[in-house]
Amino acid sequence: MTPDLVYLATGAGLGALALWRLTTSSDPLRRVLALNVLAVGIAMILLAAAHGPGGADAVPQAFVLTGIVVLVAVTAALLALAETLGPRGD
Amino acid sequence: MTETLVLLSLPFLAALAAALHARLSAPIGIGATALNAAAAVLIAGGVLREGPATTAIGGWSSPLGIPLVVDGLAVVMLLMTAFVGLGVAVHAMGRSPMDAGPARLAQTRRWFWPLWLMTLGAMNALFLSGDLFNLYVAFEILGLTAVGLTALSGSRSATAAAFDYLIAGLVGSLMVLLGIAIAYAAVGQVDLDIIPSLVATMQGRIALALIVAGLAIKGALFPLHFWMPAAHSSAVPSASALLSALVVKTALYVLLRVSLEGGADAAPLRALLGAAGAGAMFWGGWNALRAERLKLLVAHSTVAQIGLIAVAIGVAGDGMLWKAAVLLILSHALAKAAMFLAAGRIAEELGHDRISGLNREDLRPGAAEFAFAIAAISLVGLPPTAGFIGKWILMEGLIDDGAWLWVGLILIGTVLSAAYLARVVSRCLRGGPHVAPGARRPEWRSGDAAALGLATGALALGLASSIPVALLELTPA
Repeated sequence: MTPDLVYLATGAGLGALALWRLTTSSDPLRRVLALNVLAVGIAMILLAAAHGPGGADAVPQAFVLTGIVVLVAVTAALLALAETLGPRGD
Repeated sequence: MTETLVLLSLPFLAALAAALHARLSAPIGIGATALNAAAAVLIAGGVLREGPATTAIGGWSSPLGIPLVVDGLAVVMLLMTAFVGLGVAVHAMGRSPMDAGPARLAQTRRWFWPLWLMTLGAMNALFLSGDLFNLYVAFEILGLTAVGLTALSGSRSATAAAFDYLIAGLVGSLMVLLGIAIAYAAVGQVDLDIIPSLVATMQGRIALALIVAGLAIKGALFPLHFWMPAAHSSAVPSASALLSALVVKTALYVLLRVSLEGGADAAPLRALLGAAGAGAMFWGGWNALRAERLKLLVAHSTVAQIGLIAVAIGVAGDGMLWKAAVLLILSHALAKAAMFLAAGRIAEELGHDRISGLNREDLRPGAAEFAFAIAAISLVGLPPTAGFIGKWILMEGLIDDGAWLWVGLILIGTVLSAAYLARVVSRCLRGGPHVAPGARRPEWRSGDAAALGLATGALALGLASSIPVALLELTPA
């Protein structure tokens, strides 16, 4: 039980940190990184929740996998937009 | 159900073809949009004849496969998307964005069609989806293509707005994903009809709260609308029209589904929607009153109108008032698309879009101003438009229930919308002594036809509102 709790708490903590950074920072690169940290935090929560007494459940793992694919695509799009914007940011 | 598969696959295949063949992209785009509209009409006919239908793709049934559900509500949304999309596509055929050079213009024209077709496919998938995870996937495709549409003009402000939009959209979808995973942990399934069992448990309610929060970001529901006015006002006119008329409606549609499926137990959710909607009506209305640029006024008006729709979903309870919400969604889609296209044409003729400079002595009001005025009438809710029918059903139901607070709030919201739209319409109407004798008329463009067509659609839908209402009867609530 305890390792699960550690995962859940870490995931929630990462998510909270990332949300805080997302709302306070105006630097595009920092915000892209914060978004990735948020996604990793949520993925940790999902994986910890999927781990039951009878082993791991594959469905939440598939959710996480889809989430990772989406995240890679969105990060690429965000970086391309940030590059067009130039170093000044918004 | 061949038509269902056409709706799901044709837009994506056509998007691919349009991306590969730059020269043919406009004919492919308009052809696919027209075919999509035909398929949507066929599906609507099927549902009217035979009632709602569920398709299991590839013969895989529910826990493993993805069910596609075609009921009255889904069909109404599909029709709305198909026809508003067709109107905007007509506009895009002859489009000429004012703030783009020739090279930029070619880029914009080339990539509009693949992006629009992907958006169309994602929206079709979303409306047909009977499963939460499939909804999430559709939202992701939609989020990426909508950002592409926002950034299409290539201007700095549009790129910055697209960046913010993408970040807000992804935060929203991560919330939805987390909610779906918690829902799965609670119930062991992700079909839409698990929602009644979700509202019964604490874990399920947390899951729903996360999903609703994510949807509120995507649907630009006050106070999570921060990304929206910039994104909708800096895009090219046809993109703004699609984003404002259709894309934000997808989140409202899912919120409505959740509220309907949740039944009486989803009352706290509806209270929240009502409160956020009331806030949106005032915040959006106030900002629209103060806006200096025409497109910004129209974008803030979308914030206010989404608020009105959220209020309609919020007060609907488990009665029949939700149909008013759907009529408001339909009328807003038609009117707002017309309004953005008209605003784009007005700005093109004037060379700017400052509201204070709308009435020029050397330029007579043209078709675009006329379309704007009809759209404004529908948004305010004057008869005989669809906006009027929606508000009428809503107000009648509220008065019957004795919910005078909501009646008052909606009336104030209506007055606000009349006030900010009058800022534009009154300047367009000011003819006579203000117009010089030799003033020229704006040239007729396909964009005028599209704006007029959509605005007339909002007017005609008011007269033909029995059609969507008959379709909505076929929604298992």
